[in-house]
Amino acid sequence: MSDTHAGEVLTTQDGKPLKVALAKALRREKLRALALIAPLLIFVLLTFVAPIVDMLFRSVENGIVEETLPKTVVALQEWDPTSGTVPDEAVFVALYDDMAVAVEEKTHTRLGSRLNYEASGISSLFRKTGRGIKRMDEAGPFKEQFIDLDKDWGTVETWQVLKRFSPRYTPGYFLNAFDAQQTANGIELKPEDERIYMYLFGRTLFLSVAITVSCLLLGYPIAYLLSALPLRSSNLLMILVLLPFWTSLLVRTSAWKVLLQQQGVINDFLVWTGIISDAGRLVMINNQTGTIIAMTHILLPFMILPLYSVMKTISPSYVRAAKSLGANDWTAFWRVYFPQTIPGIGAGAVLVFILSIGYYITPELVGGTSGIFISNRIAYHISSSLNWGLGAALGTLLLVAVLVLFVVYDKIVGIDNVKLG
Amino acid sequence: MKLKTVILAGTALAFAGSTAMAKDMTIVSWGGAYQASQKAAYADPYVAENPDINVIWDESSNEAVAKLRAMNEAGNITWDLVDVVASDAIRLCDEGLALEIDPDTDLADAPDGTKASEDFGDLLVSECFIPQIVYSTTFGYRSDVAEWNGKEPDDICDVFDLETFPGKRSLEKRPINNMEWALLCDGVPKEEVYNVLETEEGQDRAFKKLDSIKDNVVWWSAGAETPQLLADKEVVIGSTYNGRLFSLIEEQDQPVKMLWDAQVFDLDGWIIPAGLPEDRLAMVKDFVKYATDTQRLADQAKYISYGPARKSSAPLVGKHADLGIEMAPHMPTDPNNAKNTFLYNYEWWADYRDDIDAKFQAWLAQ
Repeated sequence: MSDTHAGEVLTTQDGKPLKVALAKALRREKLRALALIAPLLIFVLLTFVAPIVDMLFRSVENGIVEETLPKTVVALQEWDPTSGTVPDEAVFVALYDDMAVAVEEKTHTRLGSRLNYEASGISSLFRKTGRGIKRMDEAGPFKEQFIDLDKDWGTVETWQVLKRFSPRYTPGYFLNAFDAQQTANGIELKPEDERIYMYLFGRTLFLSVAITVSCLLLGYPIAYLLSALPLRSSNLLMILVLLPFWTSLLVRTSAWKVLLQQQGVINDFLVWTGIISDAGRLVMINNQTGTIIAMTHILLPFMILPLYSVMKTISPSYVRAAKSLGANDWTAFWRVYFPQTIPGIGAGAVLVFILSIGYYITPELVGGTSGIFISNRIAYHISSSLNWGLGAALGTLLLVAVLVLFVVYDKIVGIDNVKLG
Repeated sequence: MKLKTVILAGTALAFAGSTAMAKDMTIVSWGGAYQASQKAAYADPYVAENPDINVIWDESSNEAVAKLRAMNEAGNITWDLVDVVASDAIRLCDEGLALEIDPDTDLADAPDGTKASEDFGDLLVSECFIPQIVYSTTFGYRSDVAEWNGKEPDDICDVFDLETFPGKRSLEKRPINNMEWALLCDGVPKEEVYNVLETEEGQDRAFKKLDSIKDNVVWWSAGAETPQLLADKEVVIGSTYNGRLFSLIEEQDQPVKMLWDAQVFDLDGWIIPAGLPEDRLAMVKDFVKYATDTQRLADQAKYISYGPARKSSAPLVGKHADLGIEMAPHMPTDPNNAKNTFLYNYEWWADYRDDIDAKFQAWLAQ
């Protein structure tokens, strides 16, 4: 073997450059690693990522108008929505052709319920037109016949809505989620008595912060106790922490109802002891107080467990050393012990906050009207009003809000500074 | 060795038997006492006559519309028959998710030969809807409230009268029914209610009326909540479905009475999902024809206090299966209870639901 000269390429025994061979070997290794995680990756992609992306996509998707009324959409391109007049005969001819097909395929009512989200009354307009279309004179003229059938075809507003929502993609759902709407004069906020979503987002954030803070205040001393007590008693305490964790969510929420209601256990006790009068029973449920109390209880273990696992690793000798150097109890705690628990606080707070921001069932049961979250409205739009587009838009906003907060958290506290154990 | 053969043969037989003979039929309903009444009145006798049918119950009716839409998009309909309220049936029909039926060929005639379309009459509110029962949303009140000085509410507007009848009320957390009651008690004549509610001023008027009791209202979202709240003395008057109040009063013996005034009638019935394969469709149609005949609908009233949807069933309603009390006086359709009723306008709400609901929720959140 001779010395390697500068500029001469290192090769393996079979003459390939060493760099290439190494890269090849590494690539093989990576592929093998990928193959190992492939089942999980595919599973997650198919059952988690794909459905979410599909659902989020619905927040802008609006192909239904073009698919149901293709000719009308084309014919409407010529029409100026600000002209103040109803489109001319050509558009009505196209509408007749489209509606005849749509009635045959029974898709017109579906379009009606879609457009009804934007303007009340369109649902019955399409249902009525569907019933009447067969009786129309095929020779035309159609404009009068449609307006005869339902005078709404003769109003500019109906056509403005149809034109505004004819593109395949619409910002309409997102505007709705921001309490705004598209009108003939552009985008503007909805009337005050219809604004709700921004308010609910604000409330969701506020209550989630309140729940996180109260979980921290209650959980910190318990976690400390858990880590400081001798094994036997700390195990017992641990079981007490975990026991509610294993109990059904509904059972725990209902139990709070029994405890907190006006004729409930706590109020009865307070009246019995004379602290409050019978007429002055406290209202602790079906409002924000109820939501905060019940959710703090339900999410408490998610705060205690990460705190405990971090505190367990903190050696008691640090505090002892601080004290021997002259620190009083408070200084030793605040300057020495507390900073070491910050990773646990971070982990617990992120867990509790993210869980509570998307919480649904507990606010629904004990929140009344002032304690419900944005997720309750999302659930309503998915399962009751069937306005999936709006539900998806609200869901997307919630997801974005959480991601933004996560980034902010990373900037302030640092995500490396989070420890689950 | 011998034992093993026997076991193997037995398993094979049982397996062959279950696949070759039993046909599964998935019926979706509301669970609880209502589903139990359907099982006792329709499904059990039907299976006794058709032992090859195996009925599977699913309790998803309250989210049936969303689930059917999802199934339809996935192209895999796993339900054979779904119990829904009339407004949901109309929506499912609008979306093309429910099968249109012909009452006269798909449903049984009355015993006297009256065609089904005539026997059900106006209750066939949608081409896809096969009515079963008439129920009502109405009020129940506690009969032992000391502050009322012996008075008892007998008028819908007593719900809005906090001076004579102090105490908390429970109302459903949605605009439907509440808006109508508010307008009725604000002096709007019954036949004008929907015309008034169509206008901005009318809606404001309803909200203003509701504002007068807002601080004293507990809002419910599940039908079981009001009976519980009444039993716990959390509220003194509350709206819910009349069958729930029946079981609170008669089965659980609570000091609660019915306030039938201005009860709102609504319908519940079957829809057949669109897109079922031929063999399953034939099976379901056979069951539906049986389960909605005059006798079967009358039988259901033995188990729950909802009125049968057929005119011809009314005279056949008998006594409660366990309590032995006459059921007719507990029906929402009984003449004594139905002195003043309100008819829920499906088509109107289909148009205005999205808009008014947004306003209602904003009003609640204020």
